[in-house]
Amino acid sequence: MLHPTKEELFSILASVHDPETPAVNVVEMGIVRDVEFSGGAVHVTITPTYSGCPAMKVIEDDIVASLRSAGYENTFVATVSSPAWTTAWLSNSTKQKLKTYGIAPPQQIPEEVILLLPTIQETVPCPFCESSETEVRSDFGSTACKALHYCNNCRQPFEHLKEI
Amino acid sequence: MSIDFQTQKVLAVFLTRLGDDRLVLGHRLSEWCGHAPVLEEDIALTNIALDEIGQASAFLHLAGEVEGGRQTEDDLAYFREATHFTNVQLVEQPNRDFASTMARQFLFDVQSYFLLEILQKSAYERLAGIAAKCFKEVTYHLRHSKEWMLRLGDGTEESHRRLQSAVEELWPFTKELFTFDDTERALTDLGMIPPLEGIEGKWNELVLQVLKSATLTVPASSVHMTSGSRIGKHSEHLGRMLAEMQILARSFPGVKW
Repeated sequence: MLHPTKEELFSILASVHDPETPAVNVVEMGIVRDVEFSGGAVHVTITPTYSGCPAMKVIEDDIVASLRSAGYENTFVATVSSPAWTTAWLSNSTKQKLKTYGIAPPQQIPEEVILLLPTIQETVPCPFCESSETEVRSDFGSTACKALHYCNNCRQPFEHLKEI
Repeated sequence: MSIDFQTQKVLAVFLTRLGDDRLVLGHRLSEWCGHAPVLEEDIALTNIALDEIGQASAFLHLAGEVEGGRQTEDDLAYFREATHFTNVQLVEQPNRDFASTMARQFLFDVQSYFLLEILQKSAYERLAGIAAKCFKEVTYHLRHSKEWMLRLGDGTEESHRRLQSAVEELWPFTKELFTFDDTERALTDLGMIPPLEGIEGKWNELVLQVLKSATLTVPASSVHMTSGSRIGKHSEHLGRMLAEMQILARSFPGVKW
């Protein structure tokens, strides 16, 4: 494909799954910010969810591999910090996929509330039984973006993609 | 925003300070991996360590670029001597016990919170962008360290004693968190960063409020404060820490994973 459209390129990149959460892909996670074809090469711009996310190198390699499989040998991946990744970029369907997978999705919380000197804690419903009788065990879970919660109703621990 | 050569030098110094603070603190936190008192804290400390190291990487990458592009963030992290590191002495202090680690983290997080809140309004977009991202992450660090200050301070006799002792041991390193010199002044005069003087007052207010809620005694104002780390003067701990941090890269220069 000599002149791929942005849509075509995005759809190739949508085949790259988040290595830690295979239910979602890197485009719907908001990690891929832009892609374009110019000068005979594909240029992809990505942004890390969290500054120290250790999955970024794997994601970059997977992006290059997916483009190569689709016939694009020349690929450049650039990482940007700005605009800062935010859970506000996730669509409702992406959030639903997370919930089905067993991860409580981020809630729609205004940014100014998130940034308040940490004093508030929103209740996160259990992705398994939907109860609000849940508690935060730790703001830090198996990956940089997830917090560890526990449901007092169905007695299962679950992870939550933190609002940021 | 275009930057002239002289300003580039000053900017590189400033960015390196921000990067070094987080690199050294991140490394200290990583030393807890596998040794924390409970599993959730092992995970929390290492997650925070990753955030700090990632933030350091962003600041040092930009510092290297602004300085002329000869050095990458890896060059700066692994191949500088202790006397060229410009982190505050607070972050190089050893972990000691969990109380000491939480006190160090809290004292730093409060400064980081107010500093990044201001820096995200920098006229230099790339700095503003990194600061905005770091600021969001620091809100979670601060929530965590603040809660532990309250839990340990207003906890058992032992946790209170250990935390009080930690606060007193670390207090002399806190003045440096607000010691700004020609570097910051030059950048403020050029309009690249907003004035930073207001941070100290905000830090004092929040720290004193938390210490009081945690039933801790605020150390006397007559305590002698350390200085000089922004120009490479460090405690005896940094060299030892860097020896461990840098040994692999220095033994096998250019190694790739």
